[in-house]
Amino acid sequence: MALPPPDPQFVLRGTSAPVHTLHFSCGGPEPDIPLLFSGSENGFIHVWNLKTHRVDTALDGHGRKSVYCVETMSGKDRLLSQGRDQRICLWDLAEGRTSVTDSVFTEHVGFCRCSLLKVAQGRWLMAMAARSLEEVQILELPSKTSVCTLKPEVGAKLGMPMCLKLWQLSCGPQPLLLAGYEDGSVVLWNVSMGKALSQLNCHQEPVMSLDFDSEKAKGISGSSEKVLSIWSLNEQQNLQVYKTHELVNAGISDITIRPDKKILATAGWDHRIRIFGWKKLKPLAVLDYHTATVHCVSFSDHSTPRDRLLAAGSKDQRISVWSIYAQT
Amino acid sequence: VYFIPGGLDCSISFVSHVLGKVCIHGRQKDILGVLVPRLTDLTKSDCIWQRICWRLVECVPDRWMEAVVLGFVQRAPGADVLSRLLGNLVVKNKKAQFVVTQKMLLLQYGHTTAVLQNLLGYLSLDSLRRTLLLRVLQELLETWSSSSAVKHSPAEQQLYISKAVLICLSHLKEPEIESCRQELLTSMMEGVKCHLDSSLPQLRRLGMVVAEAISLKMSTEGPVLKFEYEEDDETRELKSLLVQTPSSCVVPSLLDDDRSEKAGAALPLVLESNEKSHTAAPLMPVEESDAELDSDDDLIPYDMSEDKELKIKAPVYIRDCIEVLAGSRSEDVDKWEATVKALESLVRNNPAATREVSVELAKILLHLEEKTCIEGFVELRQRAQVAVLTTDPIPVAKYLTSQFYSLNYSLRQRMDILDVLVLAAQELSCPKFHGKTKHSGAQKPCIHLLPGSDSSKGWRRIVDERIKSKTRRFDMGQSRVELASRPNEFNSVAGYFFFPLIQHFDRPLTTFDLLGEDHLVLGRLVHTLAILMYLAVNTVAVTAMGKALLEFVWALRFHTDSYVRQGLLSCISSLLLSVPMERILADMTEELLETQSWLGDVMEKDPDGDCRRLAVQNLLLMENLKKKLEAVPS
Repeated sequence: MALPPPDPQFVLRGTSAPVHTLHFSCGGPEPDIPLLFSGSENGFIHVWNLKTHRVDTALDGHGRKSVYCVETMSGKDRLLSQGRDQRICLWDLAEGRTSVTDSVFTEHVGFCRCSLLKVAQGRWLMAMAARSLEEVQILELPSKTSVCTLKPEVGAKLGMPMCLKLWQLSCGPQPLLLAGYEDGSVVLWNVSMGKALSQLNCHQEPVMSLDFDSEKAKGISGSSEKVLSIWSLNEQQNLQVYKTHELVNAGISDITIRPDKKILATAGWDHRIRIFGWKKLKPLAVLDYHTATVHCVSFSDHSTPRDRLLAAGSKDQRISVWSIYAQT
Repeated sequence: VYFIPGGLDCSISFVSHVLGKVCIHGRQKDILGVLVPRLTDLTKSDCIWQRICWRLVECVPDRWMEAVVLGFVQRAPGADVLSRLLGNLVVKNKKAQFVVTQKMLLLQYGHTTAVLQNLLGYLSLDSLRRTLLLRVLQELLETWSSSSAVKHSPAEQQLYISKAVLICLSHLKEPEIESCRQELLTSMMEGVKCHLDSSLPQLRRLGMVVAEAISLKMSTEGPVLKFEYEEDDETRELKSLLVQTPSSCVVPSLLDDDRSEKAGAALPLVLESNEKSHTAAPLMPVEESDAELDSDDDLIPYDMSEDKELKIKAPVYIRDCIEVLAGSRSEDVDKWEATVKALESLVRNNPAATREVSVELAKILLHLEEKTCIEGFVELRQRAQVAVLTTDPIPVAKYLTSQFYSLNYSLRQRMDILDVLVLAAQELSCPKFHGKTKHSGAQKPCIHLLPGSDSSKGWRRIVDERIKSKTRRFDMGQSRVELASRPNEFNSVAGYFFFPLIQHFDRPLTTFDLLGEDHLVLGRLVHTLAILMYLAVNTVAVTAMGKALLEFVWALRFHTDSYVRQGLLSCISSLLLSVPMERILADMTEELLETQSWLGDVMEKDPDGDCRRLAVQNLLLMENLKKKLEAVPS
């Protein structure tokens, strides 16, 4: 007899605008308060205190234009945020400061979230959609120098890049980029050489979000249609479709795999969050709390497995936080 | 007739005379049936025979030249054969030139496509004759693009000319096209305008196909003119004429361009296709080979039975629907969509509630525009309008007919009003039609064209069948199965549908002039009146309607648009079928006689085939009805 799905552990209200992005920062040692960063449509980034469930700080750096990506860079003192004002801002939040230390003018007018990868102490690579329609630019941070620009070949007609993921093989320093495009294909790029290694056409509609498990060399992508596509990377660095999963309602805004690679969560346009087992994509739960499209899902990075949380931000201006499958 | 060239200088003129005389007396087929194949064989490789053949035709006296040339053109199996047989006759002989370039193309239109191919192919095969080809093309285009020709010449002739234009175009070479590019462009623009102006869908399609062909020929690279129209056998045949010619002309160079483009596009595709071939084989067995116990089994799924498809609820009350549809809130598009889909059934299930707000609902529906992309939006809206109209006929009919003649409506909206009135009348008057509307909605608009509706054809068919049934079995009883009878709801409202429409047709408004350029709407109005008349059979108002209709028809009987004339003739048919003959004879005798003479005129002189046919049917109907009346003892 299956149990009914759990209720959220708590719900954060107070953004007064649809929530587009979430990022946890709970990995710090004990005196540090676990935090959740959220970006909203009104341009604010709220820093939530997960002990008090209240907003500690509200950051206003994008001129009231929607913030659609937040990420921390080595700890909660450095924050990166991307907004619809075509800028990526770097924040310094140490010791209570709330200042923008640097910003990158991307000239990108779409919604493609940037992707960060730490390559060395104090150095990151960031992949972002650039001004030109089909290109992805890789920058090195904090120097903001351009490493390369990844351009699809003429006539490929991939459309805009919709979602990016930078990753690195554990055995080698070569950074690779997975990009999902508007025409429904996922392309694997070799960043150092600047050329495409493999292209997989796995959706009929634009790829809305993707996530990748570098250990198993398997990834998953969701689109505006009803199909989730799981693909794998073989030794020749070629992408192949591994399996597909059909959903009840069409439209996925976000997909994320939990850091322990056991489960993954999808944020749906049908207001529901779905949990699947990552190994075989076994449907595990459907969390039905929100009353509007769920825009983003994020797993926390707690060091103790028991405390792990899942947060979902929705157009109904609420952030639901769940504790699900935390015991395994 | 076999003749052997015994001598070298034998005179052939005698044979030419014989040939000419025989042809002019109508024996073309017989003599040429034997002569042409023989000559074809003989002239295949033998130059002397070719010369002989040319001399033969050249010597035919002028008065018989036409028959001979016509015969040859019709009989020759191909353009190259014709070229061998006739040589440069058209260049040397004035009469032959006239026959070939003017008479057969512009004055006659009964020849088959094969004959056209022969003729134009023949003109294209020799450099001396090509100047004639260009001249022919220019004249054909002049005719094609002249608005009076489009309006007044029969459809078959227009088809013939279009075919000739297309074949000419297919024979032209690049430099020739360059030289007459300007004229091609001007004629194309003018011709397209006249053709699209016409009310007959066949003519519009002809115009579109030819214009596309001309544009294609003029510019081998860059954007080409492309219309949207439904392909049918005729358009396919026309298009095939363009690319028929083998090796000789422009067409191969066009193909070359296409091929080089495709080769260029193939290279980036190769990379993709390599990738795709890898992805083509899904890896199914991997799952089985993963025999290890995976820790996923620890994860117990929760109950997911509530996970169903998301459905947006439509409103349940009519007033809520009005709020949603009329509301300016553009956010809740899902609700709007659901409302539009559910509206018709709501209206039909709640007649009392609908009657309270019927006019308001009609107003909203008339102005309703497509907010999101729903399939079948036009049909949904129309069905909702019909439902409202049938639920509360009188006020809504008053509203709609008044709006028909108001300012600032688009032609599409006015035609919508007419369609809705017809469908509602149909529903009100015939119980068996309820729910089975054959009307399939308007066609897609193309290049800001006014879409034509095919509903009038369907109706004409019904009326025709009715006429047929009346003319043949006027002494037998109705053998149709008796349907469950219901009171005729159309009876009380027929007048409200009919008379307001007929009232103001001659009063032009700033944006709407029925008698002027909006003759398409006039045509539709006339057809609508015919249908309303037909449906008004057995109503009390039918005689008054008949009288008004007859006056209306009389005023418009010389209209230049053939679609309008067809409508007027359908009006007469409906009138004859619906108004009891006794009443017609009693109240409308003189008008009837005048109509009869007018119909006789139409039957003989009208350029449009359909009009003539309808006139004949009307006269027959009149005759039969009179006979029937006389047969009944008074």
